[in-house]
Amino acid sequence: MEEIITGLTFYLFAAVTIASAIMVVGSRNAVHSVLFLILAFFTCSALFVLRGAEFVAMILVIVYVGAVAVLFLFVVMMLHVGENRLFQGVRRFGVVGVLVGLAVAAELIIVISTRAFRQDTPAVASNPTTADLNVTEALGQILYTDYFLLFQMSGLVLLVAMIGAITLTLRQRDGVKKQSIPQQIERKREDAVALRKVESGKGIG
Amino acid sequence: MIDLFLTVVWPALKIVLTILAVIVPLILGVAYMTLAERKVIAAAQFRHGPNVVGPFGVLQPWADALKLMFKEVILPAGANKVVFFLAPMLTFALAMLAWAVMPITENFAIADINLGLLYLFAISSLGVYGIIMSGWASNSKYPFLGALRSAAQMVSYEVSMGLIIITVVITVGAGGFNLGNIVEAQRDLWFAVIHFPMFVVFFISALAETNRAPFDLPEGESELVAGYFLEYSSMQFALFFLGEYANILLMSAMTVTLFLGGYLSPVEVWFLGDVWMQPIWFMLKTSFIAFVFLWVRATVPRYRYDQLMRLGWKVFLPLSLFWVVLTSGIIVGFGL
Repeated sequence: MEEIITGLTFYLFAAVTIASAIMVVGSRNAVHSVLFLILAFFTCSALFVLRGAEFVAMILVIVYVGAVAVLFLFVVMMLHVGENRLFQGVRRFGVVGVLVGLAVAAELIIVISTRAFRQDTPAVASNPTTADLNVTEALGQILYTDYFLLFQMSGLVLLVAMIGAITLTLRQRDGVKKQSIPQQIERKREDAVALRKVESGKGIG
Repeated sequence: MIDLFLTVVWPALKIVLTILAVIVPLILGVAYMTLAERKVIAAAQFRHGPNVVGPFGVLQPWADALKLMFKEVILPAGANKVVFFLAPMLTFALAMLAWAVMPITENFAIADINLGLLYLFAISSLGVYGIIMSGWASNSKYPFLGALRSAAQMVSYEVSMGLIIITVVITVGAGGFNLGNIVEAQRDLWFAVIHFPMFVVFFISALAETNRAPFDLPEGESELVAGYFLEYSSMQFALFFLGEYANILLMSAMTVTLFLGGYLSPVEVWFLGDVWMQPIWFMLKTSFIAFVFLWVRATVPRYRYDQLMRLGWKVFLPLSLFWVVLTSGIIVGFGL
């Protein structure tokens, strides 16, 4: 019984993933595309949960859905891409698109047909997941031992990208009023307010 | 036939009943949270608050709910219909969904999963979509501006919240992502004592995450009328309203679980430490934190947007990062 339910859930989520992935490309409204992309991410993480990889699933939701896609949606909403402009380049770039698609499909087929993906082969040596290690621990064991350098390097690449983005967008503008927080805190009532006795009919000279 | 009942129907029914056992009190709590807010703010301002419907106004939430149900549903011109109606449902559903992993006694949570804390964080980080979608789908300036503000704000404060969660997980050690383990690790000493600065930072970030005063810029009345839910009426508005309060309760429960020892009794004397008292302790602590949410709203003036961003990125982020390094340094250095 449990297997039937798991199987049905898998097919449900898989179908939703594929359908929403198609809608990402096919939707006429750019914001709808992003929303479908988010749905695809979310159902993907559900698939990860079904496969027993909870940590990857949660991180997928937190990083991609919770942060990256929000900013993505943010930008797309601000751009106001009309339907006409969305399909403007179809004729010009259609051929290139089809070629890239075919190349990716060929790569996928080659990768999937290799030994590592076959069900009957025993677990690969670089995969130390055993019964007493859960996925989170197993992931940590691999990332911080075998692939430590690669892990650090990808972190550095992200750091460089971040610094690049900041230097590209940073500009010093003149004449902008900025609040200096220390100065603001230092400011006392006596510096700003003075109580004077005003004589009627004379005012303060 | 009986076999089918025992293997399929009964387990399913049991799950549904368990869920109802958590959701029904939660929804009641959310309804009375609206009353509590008005009563607390009234008390802070030397007023009486709602006191006409029922004794001390206790039937006010029902009156409000009935009123909202009979209002007309209005769809603004040029609004995106599906997204417009989806947004409030999403907000409300997500606020309910997160309670699935909350440990209410030492042997009860709807789903006692290994990565409960990450699940909680993931679901609460999805809350921003309800707001963004409503802002965009309304096809109106003010909701859109409110949604933009809210998106930037929630993403910013999530970063320091994530780091604080990491601090807690490091302190718990093995199995630290399980909420039950986190609570059990606080049997001797609450994390609010060890990580007091992080407790404060987490609570303030929770205020920003739920778009509450003093960080309620997404709905700032003075410049955005009502912010992202400006165009909503009737039950859609009610769902947003209830979703906000459900989120407050969720964040309170999260603060309690992470820092105030969850369902644990503060004193282990007489019957106070018994298992049947644990839900009561949990509720009391959550109510207290929720009260502080209201108290802050009645006391503190609203932040300016640049101050909000400064606080999030330049104060909280370095502080929580420093605390992660300090905590892990102490734990590794002293071999704890």
